[in-house]
Amino acid sequence: MTSIPLLSIANLRTYFHTSAGIARAVDGVSFDIARGETLGLVGESGCGKSVTGFSILRLIRPPGRIEAGSAIALDGEDLLALDDEHIRAIRGNRVSLIFQEPMTALNPVFTVGDQVAEVARIHAGASRKDAWTRAVEMLTLVGIPDPAERAHEYPHQLSGGMRQRVLIAMALVMNPALIIADEPTTALDVTIQAQILELLADLQQRLGTSILLITHDLGVIAEMASRVVVMYAGEVVEEAAVRTLFASAHHPYAEGLLAAMPRVGRVRERLTVIPGTVPPPTAWPPGCRFHDRCPYAWERCLREHPPLYDIAPGHTSRCHLADEPERRAHPHPPLVVRDAPG
Amino acid sequence: MRPVAVAWVVPVLVIAALSLLARPSSAPPDAAGPWRMAFRRFGRNRGARVALAVIVALYVIAALAPILAPYPPNATIDMIRMTGRPPSMTNLLGTDLTSRDVLSRIIHGARISLSIGLLAVLLSMTVGTLYGAVAGFVGGVTDTVMMRIIDALLSVPRILMLIAVTALWDRLSLPALVMLIGLTGWFGVSRIVRGQVMALSTREFVIAARSLGAGGGRVLARHILPNILSPVIVAATLGVSNVIILETGLSYLGLGVQPPQASWGSIILDGAEGVSAAWWISLFPGLAIVMTVMAFNIVGDALRDALDPR
Repeated sequence: MTSIPLLSIANLRTYFHTSAGIARAVDGVSFDIARGETLGLVGESGCGKSVTGFSILRLIRPPGRIEAGSAIALDGEDLLALDDEHIRAIRGNRVSLIFQEPMTALNPVFTVGDQVAEVARIHAGASRKDAWTRAVEMLTLVGIPDPAERAHEYPHQLSGGMRQRVLIAMALVMNPALIIADEPTTALDVTIQAQILELLADLQQRLGTSILLITHDLGVIAEMASRVVVMYAGEVVEEAAVRTLFASAHHPYAEGLLAAMPRVGRVRERLTVIPGTVPPPTAWPPGCRFHDRCPYAWERCLREHPPLYDIAPGHTSRCHLADEPERRAHPHPPLVVRDAPG
Repeated sequence: MRPVAVAWVVPVLVIAALSLLARPSSAPPDAAGPWRMAFRRFGRNRGARVALAVIVALYVIAALAPILAPYPPNATIDMIRMTGRPPSMTNLLGTDLTSRDVLSRIIHGARISLSIGLLAVLLSMTVGTLYGAVAGFVGGVTDTVMMRIIDALLSVPRILMLIAVTALWDRLSLPALVMLIGLTGWFGVSRIVRGQVMALSTREFVIAARSLGAGGGRVLARHILPNILSPVIVAATLGVSNVIILETGLSYLGLGVQPPQASWGSIILDGAEGVSAAWWISLFPGLAIVMTVMAFNIVGDALRDALDPR
């Protein structure tokens, strides 16, 4: 039986209509998330990965807009067709978001217990007392010591790691089917990062939650995700099982990301870098959007926008090398090296 | 003198208690929420403690006016021998030209002046906060229209607006005066609030609240307004001194509190005719105003520092 995926995104386009032009931050993105799966969404800053995450919950504010023709379905239900009241009933209830900055994502004037309890009050209509009990339960679940005491503290009294645990507790109150984790460990110390990732993985196993893990860190992907979607310039450029991507990335951008990743046990003089930066979203380059930073690019890449080629079952890549694999043997310096963005 | 002296102990004790005894405790600095931390920072400021004590004492005196004042405010003592008498042991601040005790009039005037200040500012802050919050939260065309209206209203000097309106009334009742002053004082606050609401709307914890399913009203009431209370409180404190000055000005022009009712402004007006001969009639209410306004400004500045440690 082919069950419907938990979340299905098809041709998502989120544009920002600014005075500087239309920024096509997310430009035709499609992928599915299965039940209980952790999908990694990876790419540089400005590639549209966070906007994709925010689009799922329709948290895009003007001048941003999800364009007509986009489709986001949760359990087969079209999220883009819901009215305000119904999308609010989804947020924090069936789909939650975990933010990057645990300090700024908590309201400084309320205790953390209060903020966790608020979610239960919104969605379960819980009484003040029941919601508080639930909050303490959740703080226990995410491994906060002395949860009954800590619930009375304010965000500034907790460490970064503890605050991130509070955010995870808030996201999990309603036992959602999907958690969107937007760079959940980027703002934390390395040792705390590992603890938070472990906590997420553990909770996922116990609760069966799906996770969309948005990050620029392939190390995090390797540890957490089973499948990975690589984004570049508002598009999906490669999708593969994590194992496949690490063993044989197809797209030159994914290849570059992997080469730029430090690894234990490999002797190398310097880390390689991908030359240049992501171009501004108001002016994506014609043809392949990566052509000016690509070591294999040829005339076709300037002319023709590549489709997503099937490389193997479950493995796609937006690169003309799929058509002309022999060109991979002849790398060259990138055609255009942009010095600074904009 | 009646056993009034005993009653005077009350405000004096209030001042002493607040400025001397209420020293900040040496509790661990992180054992409280943001409001308590601000309160502690405020308490560390000695000038602010004294100024706050003065304000509280003034309101206590105003509340206890009938007990504390040696004479009723409009009682003539002796129209033949006691008009325009300089300060003495029987009339500490002298008598005015219709033989009324100036100290008693100032004490009773405090009731009028201080309560007009408090009530008018309360009205301004409420209206201004609501207006600004709606404009900033709804945004778009609504915001543009609402803010252009504020721009237009702010372009007319407040005192001119008040004089124009009060001139239309024959005798202005006190509630009407409060309404008038209050309803002309909220434009600035609404601007501050609108800016703060807009800035906070893009803050991550507000987006986080929305991402957890909070609706517009909840986001505004729980996540935005509590975080903009600080500038509103500061504006309110400074607003009270502003309103007291305004009320004085209006009453002095004969447009505010009407004689024979005593307010600080109307007492100054009483003494204005003969100020070279009987300076005490105008001087002492003037000093009361200066002291009150200074106290409110000091407290306002200290609150600004305490509430916004950045």
